[in-house]
Amino acid sequence: MKMTGARILLECLKREGVDTVFGYPGGTVINLYDELFSFKDIRHILPRHEQAGVHAADGFARATGRVGVAIATSGPGATNTVTGIATAYMDSIPLVVITGQVPTALIGNDAFQEVDIIGITRPCTKHNFLVKDVKDIATIIKKAFYIARTGRPGPVLVDLPKDVQIATAEFEYPEAIELRSYKPTVEGHPKQIEKAVSMLLAAKKPVMYVGGGAISGDAAGELTALATRLHIPVTTTLMGLGSFPEDNPLSLKLLGMHGTYFANMAVTNCDLLVAVGARFDDRVTGKIATFAPHAKIIHMDVDPTSIRKNVRVDLPIVGQVKEVLGRMLKSLDESGDKVAAFHTAIEPWLAEIEGWKQKHPITYKQASTVIKPQFVIQKLRELSDPDAIVATDVGQHQMWTAQFFGFREPRTLLSSGGLGTMGFGLPAAMGAQAAFPNRQVIAVCGDGGFQMNLQEVATLVQNRLPVKIVILNNNFLGMVRQWQELFFDKRYSQTCMELPIDFIKLAEAFGAKGFQATKSDEVEATIKKAFETPGPVIMEFKIAREEKVLPMVPAGASLNEMVLNA
Amino acid sequence: MRHTITVLVENEFGVLSRVAGLFSGRGFNIDSLSVAPTNDETISRMTIVTRGDDQILEQISKQLNKLIDVIKVIDFTDGEVVEREMALIKVTAEDSARAEVLRIADIFRAKIIDVTPKSFTIEATGAPAKIDAILELLRPLGLKELVRTGPVAIGRGAKALKG
Ligand SMILES: Cc1ncc(C[n+]2csc(CCOP(=O)(O)OP(=O)(O)O)c2C)c(N)n1
Repeated sequence: MKMTGARILLECLKREGVDTVFGYPGGTVINLYDELFSFKDIRHILPRHEQAGVHAADGFARATGRVGVAIATSGPGATNTVTGIATAYMDSIPLVVITGQVPTALIGNDAFQEVDIIGITRPCTKHNFLVKDVKDIATIIKKAFYIARTGRPGPVLVDLPKDVQIATAEFEYPEAIELRSYKPTVEGHPKQIEKAVSMLLAAKKPVMYVGGGAISGDAAGELTALATRLHIPVTTTLMGLGSFPEDNPLSLKLLGMHGTYFANMAVTNCDLLVAVGARFDDRVTGKIATFAPHAKIIHMDVDPTSIRKNVRVDLPIVGQVKEVLGRMLKSLDESGDKVAAFHTAIEPWLAEIEGWKQKHPITYKQASTVIKPQFVIQKLRELSDPDAIVATDVGQHQMWTAQFFGFREPRTLLSSGGLGTMGFGLPAAMGAQAAFPNRQVIAVCGDGGFQMNLQEVATLVQNRLPVKIVILNNNFLGMVRQWQELFFDKRYSQTCMELPIDFIKLAEAFGAKGFQATKSDEVEATIKKAFETPGPVIMEFKIAREEKVLPMVPAGASLNEMVLNA
Repeated sequence: MRHTITVLVENEFGVLSRVAGLFSGRGFNIDSLSVAPTNDETISRMTIVTRGDDQILEQISKQLNKLIDVIKVIDFTDGEVVEREMALIKVTAEDSARAEVLRIADIFRAKIIDVTPKSFTIEATGAPAKIDAILELLRPLGLKELVRTGPVAIGRGAKALKG
């Protein structure tokens, strides 16, 4: 049957199992929106800004493991998506972003609302396509989803000129796709895996260092099985939080710049570091030269480029971490009493780590009246549902959430790790809530980042998405202020946001509810009230203004040179 | 270290800018880059000359492989590869110098492809070092204009890369 390009696109999305898209209309996608008007199988959510639309699709993808979809018009609509796309790219999140484009005959003519979005997004997409012929739409969409979700996942942009949407063609969706130039490695090399097992069993001081790849690769189960079977301590990056339960005694929690004392000490002193789906980001390693100085390094990753990019690696394993860890587990089944001997051999190491945990647990000083942000996060954990999803924005509150919430399940923390995008938290929570209307979704924001995309409260209200928004209000761009305090003599250049914004009225202006807490003993009641109130709610906590995120490894210092309390 | 890298890519628009963008975006240097379709019209072949230590070259090769349109990447080491480059050289050639230019062109088996009373244009092909050598001899005579293609490379021996 002949269909318009616009209709073909929607049929393709449906075939890919897409039930929700986040999009914003405009001249070059008006035909697409016209088709959408009567297309009942796809729910469309209209954010108030295209950047937020892409973050929402990203939050949807992070929470579900499925491909998120966003739509924008050409020109300004398309450029507004760039921060969202770059955010997803840095964190390897599968997205398909569809942008309208001026008619093919006008491309390159500086037409109204024309921009070379293919050129602009080339460095921040896994791949992108300009569709020049209506007959190509189906194959290109099939390829786009395949590329987005396989291998190391990432965003794919499809630029669709207006005339291509209007033109008609027979619709046939390809069953499968073959790309001779794209063949991600799935299985790790068996010999390398064997070697990894024997290196592990020979170690006296092993540590596993786990990144977002364990979550996007759905490897949390295998990871937890392997670590608990062998009693190997596990530390995770921000992106890896939730891949290993933080209430497990083997958890060392977060490592790196704001990681725990015991995680950073364990990495500095270990003799074997097993990196799982992590990429040795500079926020994690500190000074490269002194990172894990005594350790042999095993690095498993689906993306060969991340291996040996920043650090020397003794044993690389390219493959899906789920596969690789699964095979390691199998191989352990056959290694008999070696495992028992290994348990005995690493006992002193576990005791040493326990000593570090006792010496410097992750903690803060409670105050009598003023609200400590860490206390708010602890209360949130206590009072929220066990399967609550927490999205954060970027800044101090993000690190306090990472340190004090205690993540136990994969895909329950949504946070912009690689790009550190302020404005991410609220729309990402919106995306997760759209995916899981019945789960509790909490957005933890600073007062700064919240103001970068606060217009999305309107979208929450309109679409009945009951996100509970936490604003940790210090009237500062807190994280930058912290750096200024520690490294710039307290010269607080442009980080103070002294403005009595009434966040409660703001919530009400959007048709949501708002509650405020100014004293420590109001925290619990405020959270309870917010959780009991249906619909989107803003909770504002006026927190200790100059509270710092600690411990902290100053940029460029070694992991064991932590500022523990200042 | 100088490396000659051969990249087979899908013959589609935009691929060249992806490859070039990868180099510029990551601060890798390109000495030269030449590209054209192969005997399989759906595939283009690039020859890229670049420099860097082993770690950089490993990254270049992996990053190239990561591009969706890249089918194959081969980093040739010296001795495994035959390289040829072409140069078009316009030199001043007046009076007694004309004979000297002709002699040099002859020694290098270069062709004169355009003649005026004041100049010769020479077509020279060969390994990059041979082009360098002819240029060195011609330069004192008055080099007016020079175009070099950058090398194209093919592996030695009977084994062939498809495409
Ligand atoms: C889009 C963007 N602009 C600037 C920054 C730099 N930056 C990082 S943290 C931060 C302060 C965030 O302040 P706030 O949102 O109030 O959170 P807090 O640190 O106080 O918890 C800034 C400005 C950024 N990460 N993203």
